[in-house]
Amino acid sequence: MKILILAEHDNQDINPLTLNSVTAAKELDGEITMLVSGHNCKVAASQASEISGVSKVLVCDSPAYDKAMAENTAKLLSQLAKDYDYIIATSTTSSKNIMPRLAAHIDVQAISDISGIVDHDTFMRPIYAGNVIAKVKSIDAKKVITVRSTAFDAAPNAGGSAEVEEMSVSQELGLSSFVSEEVVKSDRPELTAAGIVISGGRGMGSGENFSLLDGIADKLGAAIGASRAAVDAGFVPNDMQVGQTGKIVAPELYIAVGISGAIQHLAGMKDSKVIAAINKDDEAPIFSVSDYGLVGDLFSVLPEFEEAI
Amino acid sequence: MKAIVAVKRVVDYNVKVRPKSDGSAVELTNVKMSINPFCEIAVEEAVRLKEKGVVNEIVAVSVGSTQSQEQIRTALALGADRGILVQTEDELEPLAVAKCLEKICNKEEPDLVLLGKQAIDGDNNQTGQMLAALMEVGQATFASEISFTDDAVTVTREVDGGLQTIKLKMPAVITSDLRLNEPRYASLPNIMKAKKKPIDVIDVNEIGVNVDKRVQTIEVQLPPEREAGIKVENVSELVDKLRNEAKVI
Ligand SMILES: Cc1cc2nc3c(=O)[nH]c(=O)nc-3n(C[C@H](O)[C@H](O)[C@H](O)COP(=O)(O)OP(=O)(O)OC[C@H]3O[C@@H](n4cnc5c(N)ncnc54)[C@H](O)[C@@H]3O)c2cc1C
Ligand SMILES: Nc1ncnc2c1ncn2[C@@H]1O[C@H](COP(=O)(O)O)[C@@H](O)[C@H]1O
Repeated sequence: MKILILAEHDNQDINPLTLNSVTAAKELDGEITMLVSGHNCKVAASQASEISGVSKVLVCDSPAYDKAMAENTAKLLSQLAKDYDYIIATSTTSSKNIMPRLAAHIDVQAISDISGIVDHDTFMRPIYAGNVIAKVKSIDAKKVITVRSTAFDAAPNAGGSAEVEEMSVSQELGLSSFVSEEVVKSDRPELTAAGIVISGGRGMGSGENFSLLDGIADKLGAAIGASRAAVDAGFVPNDMQVGQTGKIVAPELYIAVGISGAIQHLAGMKDSKVIAAINKDDEAPIFSVSDYGLVGDLFSVLPEFEEAI
Repeated sequence: MKAIVAVKRVVDYNVKVRPKSDGSAVELTNVKMSINPFCEIAVEEAVRLKEKGVVNEIVAVSVGSTQSQEQIRTALALGADRGILVQTEDELEPLAVAKCLEKICNKEEPDLVLLGKQAIDGDNNQTGQMLAALMEVGQATFASEISFTDDAVTVTREVDGGLQTIKLKMPAVITSDLRLNEPRYASLPNIMKAKKKPIDVIDVNEIGVNVDKRVQTIEVQLPPEREAGIKVENVSELVDKLRNEAKVI
């Protein structure tokens, strides 16, 4: 089996979520090659070569691959695909953008967001917001797969010594161009990588009130998330949304504050190891998935909680 | 400018589905069906573009059973001009749907194709990207803002790290995210008017694409249930439990 993993990176650092794909690929028991395509991405490529389990790193360094624009990146992948049985990436907005495009180029029905590997062509994946888990079998000769990061551990990012091969491909299709980005900078851990996540919902009432979560997050080293309602109301930016159509998290501890617990929210956090909920409505559905529920007004509970930890 | 909007009939987002007792598929008998919420957002965007004079014709296309005409009617009531149903009794996979949509686009020659970012039944998040690949045009997934200049479209996308803005040549494929807009409610007169708007029905076998299944569903099952937890009385009990019982803080 030959496996190609698409690395996600910012030309400097490999996104830690890529490491979860390596673990999935190891379960498939094959030779793992990692593609690092980008612009001035040599540093990222050398990081990739240290990931345990990766035997080869392909570097494709060209302005055409900067920002992982889907059109050029999917085309590049489609040209490499002939040499591989699997092309895999961790499910992120970037790979969701690229991998289906690749799949159509090579006439493969992609499999999104797998949460388990049964055998070489059979996979588990959540559907209907995770209310059901499907076991699916692919009959395509090649597989294009995205991997749910919370379902696979991260492979060690050290100890490997992959051979690095530079490619001189560069094809600018001219269909799209990057204009700008607003990257939210935070000193807190990434939502998808944090051991503890504390999320606020509509019950927080305003963006300013989210500061009630700051002190707690600081003390616990937690990431801060939000429900869709909180994002839609403009309390916090979109990258904080947890759920079916936001980020999927499965930390050791998830604390839901002023969140009712709609299926779409649960889809993003119900695999957390321990769930605690603070809500003033003792019948809020969030309590049905919570290990510890506290019925109370968050405006008095949160300061007390911060004090007590 | 002509816009095509792809709309899918799916289980209503309020329904909590269950597997059939034999585990062969999801139980869909007597379950409320609706237009996929992201498709509704895509339709709303097209209608707003028409109201601004950017778009002059909106064609709503669905691939599915006869009943999918209901969802096309929903799109027509929101403001689409006409509908096309590619009729099939089978549940097609995203690649097959994209191939059907490509055929329609070849004939209709739209400047803009709008889809939802994700259908909330299969949660695949693939069709728009696949269609863009087949059409060999640019794509903007997860759109939260769209604006037009002469022959280009600028799209702001909701990505993991925040927001990204890109520019695409036309024609282009765009998939909607939740915050692109808030769809209106169709007014009664518009619902009545929609009944008179035309829907073309094309049998999937006449469209000339191979729609055979590539991925078989072997079984569907419930996810592991979480055990019901407890209610704590106060903050100190919560902290005590988290610290000494769960040992997570
Ligand atoms: C297609 C689609 C996709 C979606 N995707 C997502 C998604 O990815 N993520 C997501 O989260 N949602 C998603 N949703 C939305 C989801 O259905 C819910 O609307 C949303 O999760 C509700 O957010 P909430 O719990 O913050 O708000 P609400 O449901 O309004 O709940 C607010 C809660 O706060 C409590 N509260 C209020 N004041 C206080 C107080 N002072 N102290 C304590 N508690 C208080 C209330 O009792 C209530 O339970 C999606 C919906 C659709 C249709
Ligand atoms: N059967 C279908 N008919 C029409 N549009 C579809 C169909 N399936 C998917 N789509 C479109 O593709 C989007 C993404 O769906 P998916 O790739 O299945 O998650 C949907 O929001 C629709 O706009």
